[in-house]
Amino acid sequence: MSLLTFSGGIHPYDGKELSQNKEICDLLPKGDCVYPLSQHIGAPAKPLVKKGDPVLVGQKIAEADGFVSANIHSGISGRVKAVEPRMTVGGTRVLSIVIENDGQFDEVDFGQNIRPLDQLYREDVKELIREAGIVGMGGAGFPTHVKLSPKNEDAIDTIIVNGAECEPYLTSDYRRMLEDPEKIAAGLQIVMNLFDDTKGIIAIEDNKPEAIEQMTKITRNLPDITVQAVKTKYPQGAERQLIFANTGRKLNSSMLPADAGCIVHNIDTVVAIYHALIEGKPLYERIVTVTGDAVKDTANFRVRIGTNTRELIDAVGGFQVEQPEKIISGGPMMGKAMFSLDVPIVKGSSALLCLKEDDVSKEEPSACIRCGRCVAVCPGRVMPNKLADLAVHGDMETFVQYEGMECCECGCCSYVCPAKRHLTQVIAGTRKQVLANRKK
Amino acid sequence: MEQRMKISSSPHIRDKESTGSIMRQVMVALLPAAFFGIYNFGMRALLITLLTIVCSIGWEAGYQKLLGRRITLRDGSAALTGLLLAMNLPPDVPFWLPVIGSFFAIIVVKQLFGGLGQNFMNPALGARCFLLISFTGHMTSFSYDAVTTATPLAELKTGGSVDVMSMALGTIPGTIGETCAVALILGGLFLMARGIIDYRIPISYLGTFAGLILLYALAAGRGLDVSFLLAHLFGGGLMLGAFFMATDYVTSPITPAGRIWFGILLGMLTFLFRVFGASAEGVSYAIIIGNLVVPLLERITIPKAFGKEA
Repeated sequence: MSLLTFSGGIHPYDGKELSQNKEICDLLPKGDCVYPLSQHIGAPAKPLVKKGDPVLVGQKIAEADGFVSANIHSGISGRVKAVEPRMTVGGTRVLSIVIENDGQFDEVDFGQNIRPLDQLYREDVKELIREAGIVGMGGAGFPTHVKLSPKNEDAIDTIIVNGAECEPYLTSDYRRMLEDPEKIAAGLQIVMNLFDDTKGIIAIEDNKPEAIEQMTKITRNLPDITVQAVKTKYPQGAERQLIFANTGRKLNSSMLPADAGCIVHNIDTVVAIYHALIEGKPLYERIVTVTGDAVKDTANFRVRIGTNTRELIDAVGGFQVEQPEKIISGGPMMGKAMFSLDVPIVKGSSALLCLKEDDVSKEEPSACIRCGRCVAVCPGRVMPNKLADLAVHGDMETFVQYEGMECCECGCCSYVCPAKRHLTQVIAGTRKQVLANRKK
Repeated sequence: MEQRMKISSSPHIRDKESTGSIMRQVMVALLPAAFFGIYNFGMRALLITLLTIVCSIGWEAGYQKLLGRRITLRDGSAALTGLLLAMNLPPDVPFWLPVIGSFFAIIVVKQLFGGLGQNFMNPALGARCFLLISFTGHMTSFSYDAVTTATPLAELKTGGSVDVMSMALGTIPGTIGETCAVALILGGLFLMARGIIDYRIPISYLGTFAGLILLYALAAGRGLDVSFLLAHLFGGGLMLGAFFMATDYVTSPITPAGRIWFGILLGMLTFLFRVFGASAEGVSYAIIIGNLVVPLLERITIPKAFGKEA
């Protein structure tokens, strides 16, 4: 059988060998932890603590404000030092809860949260997931309980766990699949039981044979779950591309996965669901890959959310060079360039990629030679060169006609452009403008 | 210390391929045909080739200098235009002809329309057609082994017989770079394998042309005349045109479906010009006329966005 995939896409250097053999190890924060109230899509959470309050590991410190929002829990014990705006990765100052670390890591009694699964109604399960503050951990941070409550529940027939990890350099999902495969399978089963007659798919790129083997072994006796190898190609893990590869169903930008009968979860999200329901633990830690050619050593850390980013760099022995040219939060295709290490790890932080040299600033953009590479690689099947032209000229009407809103900002067009044009950037900028105008 | 971290929008990595590296690979792909031309026609072919390249570079740099623009010779496009134009010149043209030809290609066709990426027709072919019309004598007199002679395609047109083998190998009169079909096909395969050119244009161009020639041969009572077909495929500028001229990025459609239609159009035009036209050759005119239709082809072949096909 030919491998499941989609049209377009690219094959960049994947850099996974740098960190893929590093076992997950715990990294407990030494310093204060910072919890931005907005680390998810939707309304910012409302703080439940004030300056001076004592806090325990796993304690809810901020509460979801409305349905599309998420609770936030502390990853350390100590005292609330301040509730004030703090810098985040994106460069904006966001109201945050700052907790002074007492170094004790005293936990709340997680046991009290545990209830036998067979005594729970579906709504109870969703409520426990909501209570645990779980959001999509691939980066976007969409609240998981919202994803699990589609309008047309009966239409859901497939739950896909996204183990593609198509972003170069990232290895956190890979390590999870090798080290915690039973948690992934159990978490997936919990989600599948929320719907009638669903099948589960764990989709993994074929450059991770060991993960495929491990997951296959664990799910051998689970007939409703298939481990599916998909072609190694960026952006195989993009939601719409992954759904198409696995089910043949196509979604455009104005549709939700549920419209194709699918729900897609990140590996770490499924594990978080497991932790919440089986161990009674809310979401307060995640796996972060520290990698790149500029760090002394690489690692896959289990990190408390809220930890200062600099502590992760210190834990691998610092940099090989005096100063890396670029440090990226997330992968190189869709991650954010950081201008300061003095920001906290949040629920969506998948990696810290430190590069000696920055590709982007090396070359000036030049004239488009109409080579068509951007059109050939675009997984959204649009014409990035044309869209970028329209974006530069501010012609939003034609931009929408040429399907500019179908762009998923995966970055393939900028990656391949031989004239080094910043296609994704200008298209993304205009998309934001169009969306903002629609809201008016 | 963190002042020195670079900030930019994602993605943060870039493919190594650049405009310059693409142009250089096209030049490398042309080298077998160029070397064969020099071997076939002698030192004069080498001199004409070098002169055309140097003049093209000179015109581009001079124009940009004069207008105070950034000098963009490093992108290699001027040198490539020079090489392509030289491949389209007969080896015996006077030395002033490449000077004028490269002026027309670089200044008139390319720079006056806005430089790289903005020209609406292939600069080298535009110049060839300009020279053909203005200096028909120089551009259509071909000598081989010091004897002025007709090209095989002209022989074919007047009902003469041709040697298909020597046409494939290129030991025939013609322009410097067009004669050796084998070398041109090798160059084209190299470019396709490297992902520089899209197979769609040459395949649909050559396929359409071959199909029409076969139909014509049948209709003309020649039967399934394979040597007639091969003579047409290997003769004139077809291989050079199909692999190196029609595939010019700037002047061919950017959409996959548009490229197929473009190739089909070129195949039909070349067939019409060669078989029913006054001249034996038709590739150059077919391609520059095809160039003019590119914006229309693109407009009718805009790809359907993912998930919006229905």
